[in-house]
Amino acid sequence: MFMKLATGTVALALAATLQMAPLSAAETLNVPSLTYRTGPFAGAGIPIANGFSDYLTMLNERDGGIGGLKIVNPECETGYNSQKGVECYEATKGDGALVYNPYSTGITLQLIPKAPVDKIPVLSMGYGLSATAVGEKFPWGFNYPATYWSQMSSILKYIDSKDGGIKGKKIGFIYLDVGYGKEPIPLLDALSKSMGFTVAKFPVGVKEMQSQSSHWLKVRKEKPDWMIMWGFGAMNATAIKEAAKIKYPLDHFIGNWWAGANADLDPVGEVGKGYIAANMSGNGTDFPAIQDVLKFVVDKGLSQVKDRSEVGKVLYNRGVLNAVVVAEGIRLAQKISGKAAITGSDMRDGLEAMDISAARWKELGFEGFTAPIKSTCKDHAGGGSIFLQQWNGSSWERISDLIPPMTDIVRPMLLAAADKYVADKPDWQTQACE
Amino acid sequence: MDLLYQIFIAPFIDMVSTPDFLLQVLWEGFVTGTLYSLIALGFVLIFKASGVFNFAQGIMVVFSALTLVGLYQAGVPAYLALILTIGVMALLAISVERLVLRHMVNQSELILFMVTIGLSYFLIGLGQFIFGGETKSMITEQLGLPTGSTEFEPFGGILILQHIDIAAVVIAGILVAGLAFFFSKTRIGRALRAVADDHQAALSVGISLNQIWAIVWFAAGIVALATGIMWGARSDVSFALQIVALKALPVLILGGFTSIPGAIVGGLIIGFGEKLFEVYWGGLLGGGVEGWFAYVIALIFLMFRPQGLFGDKIIERV
Repeated sequence: MFMKLATGTVALALAATLQMAPLSAAETLNVPSLTYRTGPFAGAGIPIANGFSDYLTMLNERDGGIGGLKIVNPECETGYNSQKGVECYEATKGDGALVYNPYSTGITLQLIPKAPVDKIPVLSMGYGLSATAVGEKFPWGFNYPATYWSQMSSILKYIDSKDGGIKGKKIGFIYLDVGYGKEPIPLLDALSKSMGFTVAKFPVGVKEMQSQSSHWLKVRKEKPDWMIMWGFGAMNATAIKEAAKIKYPLDHFIGNWWAGANADLDPVGEVGKGYIAANMSGNGTDFPAIQDVLKFVVDKGLSQVKDRSEVGKVLYNRGVLNAVVVAEGIRLAQKISGKAAITGSDMRDGLEAMDISAARWKELGFEGFTAPIKSTCKDHAGGGSIFLQQWNGSSWERISDLIPPMTDIVRPMLLAAADKYVADKPDWQTQACE
Repeated sequence: MDLLYQIFIAPFIDMVSTPDFLLQVLWEGFVTGTLYSLIALGFVLIFKASGVFNFAQGIMVVFSALTLVGLYQAGVPAYLALILTIGVMALLAISVERLVLRHMVNQSELILFMVTIGLSYFLIGLGQFIFGGETKSMITEQLGLPTGSTEFEPFGGILILQHIDIAAVVIAGILVAGLAFFFSKTRIGRALRAVADDHQAALSVGISLNQIWAIVWFAAGIVALATGIMWGARSDVSFALQIVALKALPVLILGGFTSIPGAIVGGLIIGFGEKLFEVYWGGLLGGGVEGWFAYVIALIFLMFRPQGLFGDKIIERV
């Protein structure tokens, strides 16, 4: 009797274990997320992480994953701290990670040298090191749909189309004084010479993010014709409030795509009316795939969003865009390698073969969501077009068509920067593209 | 030669040629300095009572502001939310005393400091768990605080005074004066000074250490709430606000960790100093000098008065 009971118990326990055992790395598609749901930049980190995770969950729920394999998306919290980001990378890479989306330029810079060694690509979608766009020099790095440099060139192009052109004007550049904020400065300096404008720079330290009165006093003193902001997190709302305080015309104040979220402008409200920001992903929920996210994930209680209304906001949709690109990379990798259970190397090939045309965006349920993205062996930044949106006091309104970058100027600078990056690294892995 | 001109001549020409702008810089320095004084006061109160630098003061600013906004967002009327937030800060003070400090009597200052670091991380986690990490807007108008601005035209130029800044100066001034009076002229204030001198001696003359600690932590909580409201109204309420509180460190070095007048004067010196230097000399160093300039001022003072401007003279008997 005792033996029967014991055997039965063991059998039951074994059955339960088998049922509950997590799918092994080979049976899943592992896409770890380095999140910052806490810390000073959580306001941006939360919607991005939610959008990213919800889209991948939707694919699992609606399609059963990709190629018959479920996607797993373990999160590791970095608090936007580069050191913690590297720890998260080291802790998660061994589980068959296919790609890393660091969502921090600081973490991206740390992971770029690790990618060829561990054979896991890094996709810094529209951020990170601009030179990653040069595929020959950075085979394992991707930053489509655009780089910070191409974005800056598009913004300057917009300014050049207003008020009689940019020549002879003074451009104020206010930026978070970290790697991310400084990233577009070489391009801005170069273009100031070729386009004939002057630049006044206003670095904002992390400690001064919410104490910017000195910076805006200097703006008042310098009287720039236009202001451009490379801000992030709590810096953005404070900058816009301070700009309004000194009566700076907000329709001449343009933020980059990290300074144009609902999270940045909701606390500012009516005061921020007129402020302009770049964007690369569509706003709202009027896209069939986003409707599927609502249906299969949010309404079923599988999302971490607190409220249904958070879906469709700028940074949530940015996270969705990132997830769509990752999912498309997986599909391409599966197609190229001929197997469902892909590796990081396969994923790299998939990302390099990225080609999302307008027709493909429609097929994916995102018609008009963003510009086509096409990567090649040489160009890991894709198309590079952005659009501008303006705050009307309560929401964003799109005010421009897609603005392509000044590729003729940006590309040679990217090539030079890539050469410089690898110059002192004799063992750096490059690739030949023909 | 040009550099000497840029350092010693050009800024002063700037000041004289655009006096309206100089007035604006001085006003901003005054407002910022007043708010620094308020933050520093929170540190001074706890340091006086327990000899510990309260690392959690910054997160107390965020936590109190988040509680206020969170309660309002949950449907509680603004003034009731304010009263409830004061209640939450009182509860926090009593909890800190009962659960933490009571067990730390006569421990070294370093241990008490470590305790406040632990408390800081606990409050960060608790705040994020309850209110989430999203940036929130301060309920300025709902609390009856003024918005908008008034413009003057001194010297043919323009001087813009934000009404919220005027309110911040007035409220901070009243709070600082009230607390200074309370702690210097009342029985509790004298008891506080006794506790600051020696825990054991204070206990032996019948002063309740636990009561004093709860009172100063509550007072520091009120100061944190006032700072959170004012600073939150100027920018917004986010966890990044706790970093602003660290700006009080040079104020404390300058004014002395134990002096309420020191916190006031130190705050104003740092406020005026960093604005003037950033605006008129910052460009020579590429800008962004505000972050460290306050520490330079503090260091210079430290060389001549290690105890700060108004700090108690350090006498060590062998």
